[in-house]
Amino acid sequence: MTTLLASAGAALPVLTSLAETGRTSTGEEVLFWCLAPVMVIAALGLVFARRTVYAAMSVVLVMICLAVLYVAQEAPFLGVVQVIVYTGAVMMLFLFVLMLVGVDAADTFTDALGAHRWISAVLGVGLGAVLVSVVLTAADLAPSGLAAANADGNPVGVARIVFGDFVVTLEVVGILLVTAAVGAIVLTHRERLVRRVRQRERADARVAAGETLTPLPAPGVYARSNAMDVAALGPGGRPLEHSVPRVLRVRGQERSVGEVHAHLGPEAVGSTPPERAITGEEQVR
Amino acid sequence: MNLTNYLVLATILFTIGALTVLVRRNAIVVFMGVELMLNAANLAFVTFARMHGDLTGQVVAFFVMVVAAAEVVVGLAIIVAIYRTRRSASVDDVNLLKS
Repeated sequence: MTTLLASAGAALPVLTSLAETGRTSTGEEVLFWCLAPVMVIAALGLVFARRTVYAAMSVVLVMICLAVLYVAQEAPFLGVVQVIVYTGAVMMLFLFVLMLVGVDAADTFTDALGAHRWISAVLGVGLGAVLVSVVLTAADLAPSGLAAANADGNPVGVARIVFGDFVVTLEVVGILLVTAAVGAIVLTHRERLVRRVRQRERADARVAAGETLTPLPAPGVYARSNAMDVAALGPGGRPLEHSVPRVLRVRGQERSVGEVHAHLGPEAVGSTPPERAITGEEQVR
Repeated sequence: MNLTNYLVLATILFTIGALTVLVRRNAIVVFMGVELMLNAANLAFVTFARMHGDLTGQVVAFFVMVVAAAEVVVGLAIIVAIYRTRRSASVDDVNLLKS
């Protein structure tokens, strides 16, 4: 990979012209104007997205575009690290936590307090105006380009500085990473306050409570579309409500036997009409 | 194209990240706003490295990425721990110290 990155860095024709003219190549300009609007729109998606997952995916888009810009800016090593660390590790960690926490009902942009939202918007726009004006009025540096610094390839140049001038920082950062990993384990560790309920305990509790020990009856004797949503008929002709899965009952999606049976006219059934009408209302004999 | 355009893009992204931190109530989205601000700072670092012809800016951006990774791990662990006790990921619900 190192040779690949080095060749990518050396193959960019931008480097020689940048120091002389102070302007980037046309190709880089086109790339920038293609990616910059996409990045800004995706970043705005973070502010306005109603679902947290959408916000996370728009941030992923911003970060991939940033990686492309890094490569264009003569930093191919950082571009690869950006994809691996940010989009590969950090944002996937975000998605994992999103799935763990679940989607909150009070999750939308609109639940922000009314006045607070407008004050924040004004402050944010003001901050942006100040920063942009500072950048635009700053003394324009004559860009010198990284052709000389990247002569041996970008990763080699970066490695010389990281393991040269910043070697102590590198050690400290290593300690920081280990500490963060241990800290995350400690923070998410849960002490077990009660005894764990396993299959054995569940079975014992069931027998002790005198509940049904056999499996529940299967639903859907007369169902035509989806067997799960119609109750089975017991030996007495009565529908067994508890044969329908609990989730469907809670959602109110179950159908009665009579409702399904109403579609079964004698002509629809053809040569085998039901011998007696089953409406779910029969007396128990 | 002047290299200043990259800096303007970085400031715009930084502003949007700050706006997210101010406006949104969900702790995870606020956290992603912080990440966006860090990324914008990285873009500025890389651009400055190119302006000065010195790779130190890229090295600093690299360290920012590493520290951000550590920060994300601890921050998300805190969010998960709070969610387990309070059943909420909203930054407004964490007010136990308020009396």
